[in-house]
Amino acid sequence: MTAAVSIRTVSRLFHQFTALNEVSLEIAAGEFIVLLGPSGCGKTTLLSILGGFLLPSSGQVLIADKDMTFVPPARRPTTTMFQDYALFPHMCLRDNVGFGLRMRGMARAERYEKALGFLDLVGLKASSAKKPHELSGGQRQRVALARALAVDPDVLLLDEPLGALDLKLRRQMQDELKAIQKRVGTTFVHVTHDQEEAMAIADRIVVMNAGRIEDVGAPAEIYMRPKSLFSAGFMGEVNFLDGKAMARDGDDVLVETPLGRLALPATAFTAGEARAGQKLSLVIRPEHFRGPAETAGSPGSLSLGEARITSSAFFGTHQRCHVAPVSSPSSSLVVHMPQTAQLADGVCVPLAVQAADIVALPAVTEA
Amino acid sequence: MLRHRLSTLLAVIYAAALFGFIFLPVAVLVLFSFQDGRLPVPPFNGFSLQWYEAIFADRKLMAALLNSLIVATASSAVACLLGFMAAYGFARYRLPGSVLQRGLLIAPMTVSYLIIALGLLTVLNTLGIGLSLWTVGIGHVVINLPLCFAIIYSSMGDHHVNIERAARDLGASDWKVMLLVTAPMLMPSILASFFLSVTFSWDEFIIAFLLSRFNVTLPVEIWSLLRSGLNPKTNAIGSVVFLASIALLAILELTLFRKKNTP
Repeated sequence: MTAAVSIRTVSRLFHQFTALNEVSLEIAAGEFIVLLGPSGCGKTTLLSILGGFLLPSSGQVLIADKDMTFVPPARRPTTTMFQDYALFPHMCLRDNVGFGLRMRGMARAERYEKALGFLDLVGLKASSAKKPHELSGGQRQRVALARALAVDPDVLLLDEPLGALDLKLRRQMQDELKAIQKRVGTTFVHVTHDQEEAMAIADRIVVMNAGRIEDVGAPAEIYMRPKSLFSAGFMGEVNFLDGKAMARDGDDVLVETPLGRLALPATAFTAGEARAGQKLSLVIRPEHFRGPAETAGSPGSLSLGEARITSSAFFGTHQRCHVAPVSSPSSSLVVHMPQTAQLADGVCVPLAVQAADIVALPAVTEA
Repeated sequence: MLRHRLSTLLAVIYAAALFGFIFLPVAVLVLFSFQDGRLPVPPFNGFSLQWYEAIFADRKLMAALLNSLIVATASSAVACLLGFMAAYGFARYRLPGSVLQRGLLIAPMTVSYLIIALGLLTVLNTLGIGLSLWTVGIGHVVINLPLCFAIIYSSMGDHHVNIERAARDLGASDWKVMLLVTAPMLMPSILASFFLSVTFSWDEFIIAFLLSRFNVTLPVEIWSLLRSGLNPKTNAIGSVVFLASIALLAILELTLFRKKNTP
């Protein structure tokens, strides 16, 4: 089963500390949502409120259009998969997975059959008589998933479920999670601080910071068209370039930067149209800088002048360089160059960017 | 090399003296329970089972043995149950004056059995409750509850909280969480506190003496035997008591502590 979730202006205070600040979010049925943010951003608090383990200080939670704000966890159509898996150590895997069904009064034979079916789903049918302590971390994680899914929840809540696994296993489990979610169709709400994990599995990513939602969108949208500086900075490496909105030029907006005057299309302003004179931060990903060969004459290309390479390192898929623009030698940019480019420290290279790749956001004035 | 041998020798002597000090009295007690004669003192006249025959033929002694068994198991079960519930409450809920309340629960451990017995005697008198095995049982619950509470509470870690949450999330009521998840997870410490309580209740004398009248427990019966002077019969029943304690300890070792060793 599956259901839509509606979070309406939910706040949560812990004494004086605001863990969640008027958060609103609509989640469609069957969606794989990832709540992404640094520790302390409120993502786990939001998940606990969805699961019913915490009550919001204000606001409302609706699941399948029913008000669930004050309904205890046991009576919600949600199950939570805990970070430490929270398997019952004294029960074999079959009893672990069948526990929820037992609580629903299902007869033993039927319950065992269903539990074995879910263990099969996660590839652990052969271990059904084992106890949790006989399993590896990844296997325990699968059992926790099977147990949570066995009660056929409308919404599955996952609290950093892959956090305790090593990198290789984590990547593998991501794929499995995604595949299982597609198969069962349940709405998944997944909490993580790993942006690569978020991009790998999410239908939509919700970037959170300091108790607020910074940005919501598909992984590509969040990465390429971030709507906040925090979101841009959290989703991988980025260059921020100071700018000032000058004047409109047809559909474009002229922006004054230390690297020259740039004409940006209106679509670059993801957080809303800029006023003339407004201070801006231009967001440019390192891979959006074009190498010398690609810049020649392509339409929509903006030249940023020349830059001197101060250091470079080979990263396999690309070469990562620190460069100092000639027109602004004190600043430093991170640029990804092609694998084959012949680079040496001190050499000047021309820099160019596709106008469509730049995102311009209002600058945050540091107090 | 010589120094090493010397220190080993000293260690062995020390260990022998230590164990001798602890177990020699028991060994002597057991040895003279087989005495072929009327006095349990040296010299050892020869091997005989007559005193064991005598105690198993002694109806009063056997009744007291049975009474002790009943009181020990029943009072320990009650103490464990109450101790577990108290520990669960303090570990899982925020209660007013939690530290003070926990202190009060454990405090009887520091009070002498004599004081507890006198206090209970006064209370029972005031309430007009006659002395019986029930009152002995009540006394033993009073002395063993703090122990059970302390052992079970200390094993109730925060790492169990999420597991109980998960059970609740899957639809278990509070009672079912306690019965199907918390208690089984804590079974080693619950059993440990149960068996410890049984051994304490089994050879407790002062409370059993002051709070009983016609039906008495084994230690009280042995004491009344002793009043008529030393007799190999007391050695024999003492050996039986000792054997029972050893058996219980062996069961504990073989079941609980072995389980703990295999992760």
